[in-house]
Amino acid sequence: MSSVHESLTRRRRAEMRFRAYGLAAIALAVGMLVLLLATIGVQAAGAFSHHKLQVSVEWTDNASGPTPPVATLVSRLNTIVREDLETVFPKAMQDRRSQVELHDTVSRLALLPVANRLSRDPPTSGSLFAFDVALSDDIDLFLKGSPKLTSTVWTDGVDSIEQTVGDSVELIYEDGGLLALQREGESNEPTLLLQMGGVVIRVASITDSVVSGKVLVGEVSAIDDQDRSGAIVHRVAAPELQRNVSDQQIAWMLVLQDAGRIKRTFNADFFTNADSTYPELAGVLAAIMGSVFMMLVTAAVALPIGMAAALYLEEFAPHNRLTRMIEVNINNLAAVPSIVFGLLGAALLINFLNMPRSAPVVGGLVLGLMTLPTIILAARAALRAVPQTVRDAALGLGASKSRAVFDHVLPLAAPGILTGAIIGLARALGETAPLLLIGMVAFVAEVPDGPNDEATALPVLIYKWSNGAERAWEPATAAAIVVLLAFMVLMNAAAVLLRRRIDRTRL
Amino acid sequence: MSDQPSVSPKVSCKGVDVFYGDQQVIHNVSMDIADRAVTAFIGPSGCGKSTFLRCINRMNDTIEGARVEGLVEIDGENVNAQGIDPVTIRSRVGMVFQKPNPFPKSIYDNVAYGPRIHGLVRDQMDLDEIVERSLVRAGLWDEVSDRLDSPGTSLSSGQQQRLCIARAIAVGPEIILMDEPCSALDPIATARIEALIDDLRQRFCIVVITHSMQQAARVSQTTAFFHDGRLIEHGETEMIFTNPADTRTQDYITGRFG
Ligand SMILES: Nc1ncnc2c1ncn2[C@@H]1O[C@H](COP(=O)(O)OP(=O)(O)O)[C@@H](O)[C@H]1O
Ligand SMILES: [Mg+2]
Repeated sequence: MSSVHESLTRRRRAEMRFRAYGLAAIALAVGMLVLLLATIGVQAAGAFSHHKLQVSVEWTDNASGPTPPVATLVSRLNTIVREDLETVFPKAMQDRRSQVELHDTVSRLALLPVANRLSRDPPTSGSLFAFDVALSDDIDLFLKGSPKLTSTVWTDGVDSIEQTVGDSVELIYEDGGLLALQREGESNEPTLLLQMGGVVIRVASITDSVVSGKVLVGEVSAIDDQDRSGAIVHRVAAPELQRNVSDQQIAWMLVLQDAGRIKRTFNADFFTNADSTYPELAGVLAAIMGSVFMMLVTAAVALPIGMAAALYLEEFAPHNRLTRMIEVNINNLAAVPSIVFGLLGAALLINFLNMPRSAPVVGGLVLGLMTLPTIILAARAALRAVPQTVRDAALGLGASKSRAVFDHVLPLAAPGILTGAIIGLARALGETAPLLLIGMVAFVAEVPDGPNDEATALPVLIYKWSNGAERAWEPATAAAIVVLLAFMVLMNAAAVLLRRRIDRTRL
Repeated sequence: MSDQPSVSPKVSCKGVDVFYGDQQVIHNVSMDIADRAVTAFIGPSGCGKSTFLRCINRMNDTIEGARVEGLVEIDGENVNAQGIDPVTIRSRVGMVFQKPNPFPKSIYDNVAYGPRIHGLVRDQMDLDEIVERSLVRAGLWDEVSDRLDSPGTSLSSGQQQRLCIARAIAVGPEIILMDEPCSALDPIATARIEALIDDLRQRFCIVVITHSMQQAARVSQTTAFFHDGRLIEHGETEMIFTNPADTRTQDYITGRFG
């Protein structure tokens, strides 16, 4: 009696332990997943929005005739934007270098969509034409917080400002007490910018009562008494040489931001643009379309063939040496590395059958071949799971073999087949290696119209972007990953809905 | 073996052998089965009752590796003859299985499936009528007439088995084969099926495999005892149960083995 009791507690403890292991395993898996999604999500968040400069001009239609070509409009808009910036920051015109820096804050290509809009729907001459133009990727990154900018309000009023040579100034604080400011500026030689009203001064050195520096934006004479009563101290985390935005550019942006000229907008271009060599203009639409066409071809190849093969092998084929050999080989085929299918596609479809390179139809065929064994295996498992009694019932009523299969077995197996097919297709959707071999890595700047057009696919795009040199490719890559994941979630959701639908109609 | 029925038999088997691959499981069985009567097959598990039953509607065709030799005739027509489609045989010979196996469809669709595939109906009215008639004959109509759309699998197992009988009747068979139709049912459901079998005897030739001696005694007029793939004894049920000729039959029905 007591020994039974002892063994019972022991068994119960073992069970508890086992349950704990299981829970730990699940917690670990879920934790990893959350971590993965969170990092990608945080990274990607940057790419889904973009900072734009708001510009408005009085539109003068100098050529009253047909609207000029888009290229001309881009040039014209470019001039407008540049002149606008130069009016706000006239000092930038003093030397060539800062002029170029100023122009570099916006990207010229970002004017293309504006020009397109303009040519479709030209404003009447004399009316106000307002538009947004994307800031360059480095400026955008800076505005999104990289490198980090910390701004604090300095409430000591300056007593006098002396302009020494050119733009050099000395700010004199008679009460002293600037050491705190100095300390702040010492670590790692970051840039300190003092902003007073519309004037931005880069700090060069600080003593207890004197700040000397250089005026980057504005005129000292424009600083009024109210501006003198305090200052905003901006500290940029990295020294100028280690970042892609200059102190001068940062100073401009601070002023433009104060003037409310910069806004952060949802980056719709990311979803409507094709690939570009400029990260601020690059979008995923072409890759999405490429992937869609490819998946259509893959499904069109793999689903019917896979299902027919599974049906034949499972329901009709005799069980002999030949079918056993075929079975074994299908299993082997499912384990073949995907890159081998890419080689096959390159050799057979492109070199031998002369199909177009970089086309979704070729990618779809290759991925279809790759997915075929997976679908066959899943479909066979689903068919095998249908109880024999169902077949017996139908056959016993005098249904022919194929009627029994199509009326009863297939509908019962459909959810399983569907799940297997979706898993196979989802794997194909994320496949990169075989596509590299059939040339789908080529740079394609246009959205494909059909499966025969040159295209790229989402995973390949991610691969390419992740190799991009500019830092702005990083969030773009993460955002493309999010799009790919969303795509997969969508496919799985479709599968779940279809399953439900089938289950409902079947009762 | 023993006395032949005076009228011509519905099913007539002569020298039937069945093999699964190389293994012979039915040895030279000859038997006549009378129309409008219930014949019970009894015998220990694995003796070949089901296998022999499947010879009558060619269900052994669906089992890979099964091979039937010898003559099986329905109304004098060889069911294994060349050019005979097993589908036509099975439309004449209905089958009810051990485990109730309604399709995962509505009650109506379960019964309507057979008539539909055999093209027995011209329109919906015909079909409705067949479905109702079959359910009435299977003694299920009163219980399900108001929920023909609900799934057949939602019924109790006794009702499911009667649904399977209705489904078989709907095709208009001449023979109904039942392979242990009550072994998965409780006593009340069993009693209902037995009553139903007794009722159906008026119209059909029925063969029932059973492991219950009482059931065989209650529902059948003729009993066949199988042992080790051989037909040991075949005759009037009363004779078999009161005065068996073979000691193995005696041992089996008195519960000494099996
Ligand atoms: N599909 C099959 N393949 C091979 N052997 C089978 C198969 N079905 C039945 N058998 C064998 O045939 C013999 C008779 O089986 P069965 O007709 O099911 O017996 P019973 O219905 O009397 O219990 C048994 O020995 C069984 O193992
Ligand atoms: Mg049996």
